[in-house]
Amino acid sequence: MKDFAALFTQIDQTTKTSVKTEALAAFFRKANDEDKLWCIALFSGRRPKRAVTTTQLREWAAERAEVPLWLLEESYPIVGDLAETIALLLPEGGETSNESLSFWVKELIALSQVDLDARKPRILAAWDRLDATERFLFNKLITGGFRVGVSQKLMTRALALATGQDEAVLALKLMGGWTPQTTSYHALIEADSPDADASRPYPFYLAHPLESAPDELAAPQDWQAEWKWDGIRGQLILRDGAQYLWSRGEELITDRFPEFARTVDFLPPGTVLDGEIVTWDGAAPMGFSTLQPRIGRKTVPKKLLKEAPVILLAYDLLEVGGEDLRDRPLHERRARLDTLLQDIPPEAAVRPSPVIRFEDWQSLADTRDTARAARAEGLMLKRLSSPYQIGRKKGDWWKWKLDPLTVDAVMIYAQQGHGRRAGLFTDFTFAVWKGNELVPFTKAYSGLTDAEFGQITTWVRKNTLERFGPVRRVSPEHVFEIAFEGIQASPRHKSGIALRFPRMARWRHDKPPQEANTLKDLQDMLALYG
Amino acid sequence: MADPLLTFTDRGIYCPRGDFYIDPWRPVDRAVITHGHSDHARPGHRAYLATHQALPVMRHRLGEITAQGLDYGETLDIGGVTVSLHPAGHIPGSAQVRVEHRGEVWVVSGDYKTTPDGLCEDFEPVQCQHFVTECTFGLPVFKWKPQAEVAGELNAWWAEQAAQGGFAMLGAYSLGKAQRLLHMLDPGIGPILTHGAVEATNEILRGQGYDLPMTEQVTPDMDVKSRTGALIIAPPSALGSQWARRFKGASTGFASGWMRLRGVRRRRSTDRGFVVSDHADWDGLLEAIKSTMAENIYPTHGYTDIFARYLNEIGYTARVVPTEFGGDEDDQETAA
Repeated sequence: MKDFAALFTQIDQTTKTSVKTEALAAFFRKANDEDKLWCIALFSGRRPKRAVTTTQLREWAAERAEVPLWLLEESYPIVGDLAETIALLLPEGGETSNESLSFWVKELIALSQVDLDARKPRILAAWDRLDATERFLFNKLITGGFRVGVSQKLMTRALALATGQDEAVLALKLMGGWTPQTTSYHALIEADSPDADASRPYPFYLAHPLESAPDELAAPQDWQAEWKWDGIRGQLILRDGAQYLWSRGEELITDRFPEFARTVDFLPPGTVLDGEIVTWDGAAPMGFSTLQPRIGRKTVPKKLLKEAPVILLAYDLLEVGGEDLRDRPLHERRARLDTLLQDIPPEAAVRPSPVIRFEDWQSLADTRDTARAARAEGLMLKRLSSPYQIGRKKGDWWKWKLDPLTVDAVMIYAQQGHGRRAGLFTDFTFAVWKGNELVPFTKAYSGLTDAEFGQITTWVRKNTLERFGPVRRVSPEHVFEIAFEGIQASPRHKSGIALRFPRMARWRHDKPPQEANTLKDLQDMLALYG
Repeated sequence: MADPLLTFTDRGIYCPRGDFYIDPWRPVDRAVITHGHSDHARPGHRAYLATHQALPVMRHRLGEITAQGLDYGETLDIGGVTVSLHPAGHIPGSAQVRVEHRGEVWVVSGDYKTTPDGLCEDFEPVQCQHFVTECTFGLPVFKWKPQAEVAGELNAWWAEQAAQGGFAMLGAYSLGKAQRLLHMLDPGIGPILTHGAVEATNEILRGQGYDLPMTEQVTPDMDVKSRTGALIIAPPSALGSQWARRFKGASTGFASGWMRLRGVRRRRSTDRGFVVSDHADWDGLLEAIKSTMAENIYPTHGYTDIFARYLNEIGYTARVVPTEFGGDEDDQETAA
């Protein structure tokens, strides 16, 4: 663990990406295969099964630190990270350990398989043998969410540096459902033709937002336009007689969307499609709020399946007949996609996302203005000659979204943030007027600068009217312009509406709370755009 | 019971019998000041009382003021009330205020730190029945390492930059923290440069006899290249400013008790965070409270609610006193 802790410290003590990459590469050059594999796993979002609950962890830590549990609980939101809170509270350990990263990960895996009673002494013993940084990392392994300023992309680049392999090749090798328990460093990284899992997806290519009109993209005939759908990105894989569905977060979500079970009957094996999963009423998407209940469910009740059926609006073809097409130009991939899908019946739950014809940028801008009526949130612009790249590469794929809708709302509740925003009030609830009453209708967390968050934090502390655990009710004085992408009816919310991507566009210092919008205004927007 | 000797008003802590305030935040006739930080020593009072050591900086910051100086431990009778000032260990010249009348003793801590730093006057516990204490870091997650250990980290970081022919730029509050850091630095590593705001305070404290290493103020026409390997001390606001840009590629550091928290460290987005605080940590606060022998504790600025709840749980009578000092729970820009 010492080497890994030293790596973490190096990464944590710099704001420069190049230094982080070099530190990781150095680790990959000298660590043993098992530690390398776990390092890759952790920085690609894989972690050992949770060995103890956070409740147990809190209780044991408070006991060991000789502080009352409530004091640990009060400290947590201020520190903003449970693993760190515990590491800071524990008394200095007496012993030291020279055990490796993989030793401690395996200890945690072993712990999840022993009796509950046997876990506590082993956790306490681990704390005693680890220093402050190691404890923090050990606790992070338990509490999950190993986010410490290293993206998968940065890790992949470092691995490419250390191994001399191509970054894109490595990115592909790291995809899929592997864990350090199911593979080895050699099999995953070094083997020439890795015996890849049939379910392994390709890395997604992501678009950049287009900030201004597309005139600067030059010739319109070099570009393909499509609707930008408001669903979840999905990659549908048909290989070896089975189908697999991956989300953009690289989660295997096949079981959540049984609609695609029949695709194997209509499409040949060795096919990989990229597209948007949306709920579908037979003619158009039904809106994101109808998709939301589907996302969280591992098994889908029949009723929900009937009320909110999904399809894949496919817009790219990454593999056909087992051949990787990603280096082929978009116009060719698109032509082959259209051929593949031209006779596909509706029960296949896959249709092509239509290509939008346009003559010049102005006519396309006019089309974009009709996006809401088409149940889309804007347009996608893709360069016809572009290969299918990896990650968020600028230049060939642009998302040209509609301007957001906005409403002026009064802040009524505030809560502190986590991680980098610990100790700052960053999470707010907003309300609009219904007569003399303020009705909460949305939360928002982003859009302000650090300085503004600092300013509002000072104000919240002085203007708290009531506390409910971590939530503070504040005097309704401040008005914020809330921007959002869509509005829908929602029986689950008190206000009866739900917003898509709400955020704070502006702090309206100039507006008194009385001049904020009303629930009626929102209902009018719902009638117009919902 | 007779009226208490000290009361808490919207102008600050007040002694009705002696008709004076301690660190008031609105203009008053007579103010006893614990130390020169701007949230404690505010402008506009008719008369100031502070230690002889604190007055030069206060005069520099507040301009023409009517002020009286006291030695540490020297007593003064104000309207029948005995007032004396005792070292608080926070910054040079900082004091706790002891107020006594007919056996009733109150101590107002101001800001304090219990461990010696080699530069300012060492904290001295003062027995009392009522102790008004700050608790900026009144949470058990705040524990400071020994100063020598942090000095080692600081010098190692500087030496590393110096060895590469680069610069180390350290952000620190210009009164107190900056001088304490200077005292911790090893001048053998390279030249020490300062921002004007820091240097002005250095000159005053040097004149008073405080032991500070040699420093050079950064001037617009300074040839920066001839001073590679230097460490630069500047106020937090100067980091990342136009001023700082002349030290191209400098590794940046920030020194504060808040650097104990990773989230705050990341928000600062400096390369390094050094945990150096001029306030007491959790253990320091509890130890100081214990050594006063007081039963009645009044936590002021800091994590007051949490700290008071804990004190009540372990047998003290604690009551939160709202103040307008420095800050709010986590005003990271203050002298923490």
